[in-house]
Amino acid sequence: MMELSLNDKKKESSEINADEPAWLSLSRKLGLVCFNEFGLPTLQDEDWRFTNVAPIAKMTLAPDSKPAHHGVTEKELSQFPFSTIAGSQLVFVNGQFAPELSSVAQLPEGVKVMSLTDALATEPALVEPHLSRLAGTDTNTFTALNTAFFQDGAFIYVPEGQAVEEPIHLRFVSTAKDDGATAHPRNLIVAESDSEVTVIESYVSLSDATYFTNSVTEISAGDNAVVEHLKLQDENQQAFHIGTLAVHCGRTSNVITHSIALGAKLSRTNIYATLAGEGLECTLNGLYLTRAEQLADHYMIVDHAKPHGESHEYFNGILADKSKGVFHGRILVRPDAQKTDAKQTNKNLLLSDDATANTKPQLEIYADDVKCTHGATLGQLNEESIFYLRARCIPIEKARRMLVQAFAGEIIDRVRCSAVREELDQLVWDRLEQNQQITVNS
Amino acid sequence: MKQPIITINNLSADVEGRQILKGINLTIYAGETHAIMGPNGSGKSTLAAILAGREGYNITSGEVIYGGQDLLELDPEERACEGLFLAFQYPVEIPGVNSTYFLRAAYNEIRKHRGLPELDAMEFLVFVKEKVKLLDLPEDLLKRPVNYGFSGGEKKRNEIFQMAVLEPKFAILDETDSGLDIDALKIVSNGVNTLKRPDNAQLVITHYQRLLNFIVPDFVHVLNDGRIVKSGGKELALELEETGYEGMIHAPA
Repeated sequence: MMELSLNDKKKESSEINADEPAWLSLSRKLGLVCFNEFGLPTLQDEDWRFTNVAPIAKMTLAPDSKPAHHGVTEKELSQFPFSTIAGSQLVFVNGQFAPELSSVAQLPEGVKVMSLTDALATEPALVEPHLSRLAGTDTNTFTALNTAFFQDGAFIYVPEGQAVEEPIHLRFVSTAKDDGATAHPRNLIVAESDSEVTVIESYVSLSDATYFTNSVTEISAGDNAVVEHLKLQDENQQAFHIGTLAVHCGRTSNVITHSIALGAKLSRTNIYATLAGEGLECTLNGLYLTRAEQLADHYMIVDHAKPHGESHEYFNGILADKSKGVFHGRILVRPDAQKTDAKQTNKNLLLSDDATANTKPQLEIYADDVKCTHGATLGQLNEESIFYLRARCIPIEKARRMLVQAFAGEIIDRVRCSAVREELDQLVWDRLEQNQQITVNS
Repeated sequence: MKQPIITINNLSADVEGRQILKGINLTIYAGETHAIMGPNGSGKSTLAAILAGREGYNITSGEVIYGGQDLLELDPEERACEGLFLAFQYPVEIPGVNSTYFLRAAYNEIRKHRGLPELDAMEFLVFVKEKVKLLDLPEDLLKRPVNYGFSGGEKKRNEIFQMAVLEPKFAILDETDSGLDIDALKIVSNGVNTLKRPDNAQLVITHYQRLLNFIVPDFVHVLNDGRIVKSGGKELALELEETGYEGMIHAPA
């Protein structure tokens, strides 16, 4: 079993720690201890039984904190999704903040959009109450690893009663030249009571290497806050991507998060939603498109702690070639969470006979007056629907396209920010169009 | 001389080895409305499905000539573009496909087929809003996914609405009346009657005589066990109402 240590990288780690507050150093040590204790999960681990992360052991898990200058240009960035959407953009290359590529728009009073490193230096009092407290460093090995080694990421703070109208776009670009390169982006989003904010995280690649992204995003949505979050994972086809999102939802808050997984050879998105207040609504929405030998795994725990909470999980997968989709959704309803209304659906569309989908719903209910439903479907395009469209003059290839698009559209339509939704729709459609299996009867 | 719209000659078909149609002969001319009545399992819906091009049927003999072409050689979408329309007995719900988008795609395929320019979204919306009134359908239906969450009556009205948009040369209504209350039945019938023209034809498939009070056929055919056992004028439907299928099928000729 590998053993990582902060001391192995004495120089680097001392640099990481140089300006950091003591509580963070402590937190990093805890992360390292936990990671070394847990190690990488194996297929024997119930939560990882469909996803083999053994190849990640070959990655440089503890990254170099002073990489060479990235050399990414604005022109290169402009080819990636959501480039032209108005609003603030923070760009990170290989986990390092790239201020020259970033721009912060005019923001309402008190709103802060900056790198986490800057925030730790200038606003530690805003960071400390949340960082590492939402995502369980002591429960998830990859979060522990991120906590031990994260270099940078974004910090977004929206004070009470403020609304940021334009989406804030966090862009993570990999330019890794060597196999094994690892980045651990770390983001913290704090939306205080009655505030409103939309955040996009996109993971894209200018690299041909087999690299590893291990991101952690923590979101605190205060009482009555409205938060929309979208993660687009479009890493290169060799990459490994583990992304963890921990959301803490306050009383009567409304949180929606979208996970769109298009890239990476192996991706795993962990979503931990803690429904900590009464009368809130939390929606986890997701779409994964896989081809070749890609694997996209979504794992989530929705924790209903208080009464009258409403949660929805909608995940659709479109799987081609020999690719694989995994969905594991656990809903926990604690004794106090009466009148909970929890819904979960996972639908998989198989475009090839060799594609596989694994879906595992898990309900744990300790309250007696609740409504919990889950449903999963697996299959090919509905022949009856195809015939219906053909009987209405629509050629078979177009009919199949329409149905695949509609399947993706069920998820994309839930994106509230219209500029983001329209661009995402086009992006997903372009990807699907590249896939011949859409129009061929499998 | 009258031109037949469709001629069915000695059509026989089976499904998974079981013979369903046993030599159907039927010619329908422009301007005519024909009704096919018959008990459950007589082959009514199979005939409709084969004419529309549904897969899964094995044609064992016979032919269908439609507009001078061998209908059975055409794909379902080609038949539809040539003006053949099937109002489904069970319209399919298609979540995620917007009704207006779907109908415009269908309508533009027909226009393309006829060598006409396609309508853009705005032009189509103006066109389609006129048609919506005919079936007394709520306009918001156009914004909803195709048939998704529609009531049974709404689905049937939506079929006739699509027929109004596509203006078929030959429409087959497969038990469009079943499950409709009297008000919906009147709306649907009124729609069908309005769409009748001297240059098109309709084939109304029904289990019940009730529909034929509203859509008055020129000819009625009784189908039993894959064969047309009796043909006549509209009075045949009334006779059938009195004797029942049993009485008619087993009565001496």
